Amino acid sequence: MSEKKLMKGNEALAEGAVRAGCRFFAGYPITPQNEVPEYMSWRLPETGGTFIQAESEVSAINMIYGAAATGTRCMTSSSSPGVSLKQEGLSYCAGADLPLLISNIVRGGPGLGNIAGAQGDYWQATRGGGHGDYRVFVMAPYSVSEMANFPHKCYETAFKYRLPSMILADGILGQMMEPVEFKHPEIDPKNLKEPEWAIGVNKGRPKRMIGSYDLREGMLEKMILERVKRYKELEAAEILYEEKMLDDAEIALVAYGTSARVSTAAVKAAREKGIKAGLFRPITLWPYPKARLAELAGRIKKFLVVEMSLGQMVDDVRLGINGRAETHLHAKPGGSVITAEEVTATIENIVKKGARKYAVVK
Amino acid sequence: MYQGIRISGFGGQGVISAGILLAQAGMTEEKEVTFFPSYGAEMRGGTANCSVVISSDEVTTPIVSSPDTAIVLNEPSLAKFEPMVKPGGLLIINSSLVNSKPARQDIKVLYVPCNQIAGELGNAKVMNMVALGAFAANTGAVSVEGITKALPKIFKKLKPEVIELNAKALKRGAEHKLN
Repeated sequence: MSEKKLMKGNEALAEGAVRAGCRFFAGYPITPQNEVPEYMSWRLPETGGTFIQAESEVSAINMIYGAAATGTRCMTSSSSPGVSLKQEGLSYCAGADLPLLISNIVRGGPGLGNIAGAQGDYWQATRGGGHGDYRVFVMAPYSVSEMANFPHKCYETAFKYRLPSMILADGILGQMMEPVEFKHPEIDPKNLKEPEWAIGVNKGRPKRMIGSYDLREGMLEKMILERVKRYKELEAAEILYEEKMLDDAEIALVAYGTSARVSTAAVKAAREKGIKAGLFRPITLWPYPKARLAELAGRIKKFLVVEMSLGQMVDDVRLGINGRAETHLHAKPGGSVITAEEVTATIENIVKKGARKYAVVK
Repeated sequence: MYQGIRISGFGGQGVISAGILLAQAGMTEEKEVTFFPSYGAEMRGGTANCSVVISSDEVTTPIVSSPDTAIVLNEPSLAKFEPMVKPGGLLIINSSLVNSKPARQDIKVLYVPCNQIAGELGNAKVMNMVALGAFAANTGAVSVEGITKALPKIFKKLKPEVIELNAKALKRGAEHKLN
């Protein structure tokens, strides 16, 4: 435990990763996540760790492949266009069962887009932007404190189930400052047991191999099915979400990241107007809390998904609800920030006027 | 208690520093706070602005779209932020650089000659502190003492005499009160 400190989201994320045992970082600059590599460039050497500014995002993710293969807690960070460049490497890391942390401080897209905060990378993060059957453990913080404390959970999960982990946050969370309290005890990686698969100096032990391919007949299938067992265990044990004011709710908002903060304000405003609104906030985006949504749809008959993208997370909400309740959408793409006032108006439209089933806000 | 603040001016006027300092002061006084900078393609001489929220409750959105108080340090900021101020809210105008007058009748307006006072104190750079002093004295969202205490926490490399000068500027700003 430590006293509260005013920190920027990106810096809190970097410090949180170091405290969770990160000792290798490779990255390439891009707004709005530049404070992550900047912070790591002086902080990691203090701990005996290594910071590398790579010549490209592709290079950085492949350095991470190498570092992760030795069992080192490692990290790379970027923003949307840069994370697209890392997708091939991420697929290779997933195929080689490598635990690592990647953060995406999402900006407006597609293409070069803009540098404002956005949520348009939901599909890429949760469906896999690279090729092949693989999964990434994805966490979505909604405060600077969560930016600071989620790297711990990401490393724990990534090492336990041997898969890449991702922190998906928007540019607003990266750039804003808030009081931070680091909740987890600091981890010195020297005290961690070397994983039984890690490569390095093999004196006195049998040879180990890290790789994502097997050309022998039927062997790739076997390798993938063994990996899927770990995915299933992860899905059964590691789902996280938060519920606010849902006990008596007639309408449930579903939102993550900055959209969840705006939605909290909208829920409060709607309650002042006599509408019983509540908020469901998924914290893990994969695995997604679909089963809990299904339960809630037993008694709440209206859901409103709020996202700073054209309607991506709404897919997962629909899969969870599976037709048992109405699913509405308040979507705002292109790095524009949703205001609480406009979400409150949408809530009123749905509850009082029985309005639009599916809407993109102009 | 909730106070949403927008501070705006030229890059180099200390807009961002003032915002971070306010957030630190609010945190020191046990309030919930957020700070959010505009981070477009700004450069020295361009425009800069930031949002600060100081609240007794959990802060939801960190981007202040209708501020309780707007502090405008240059001419272009007046045109941009005057329309956003909440009805009944406060507009603090750096009258050393802003010549236009606000049109709205439903807000309170306080004129503070920030550059002139900073000049009298012998360092033009402390003009942002003059504005913060006026903010603290007229809103009570944070105290002048709270901001003074936050100074060495945010500006770790400043010499004690420079901290002292900033504290003086805060006090001079606090002398400006709404009628």
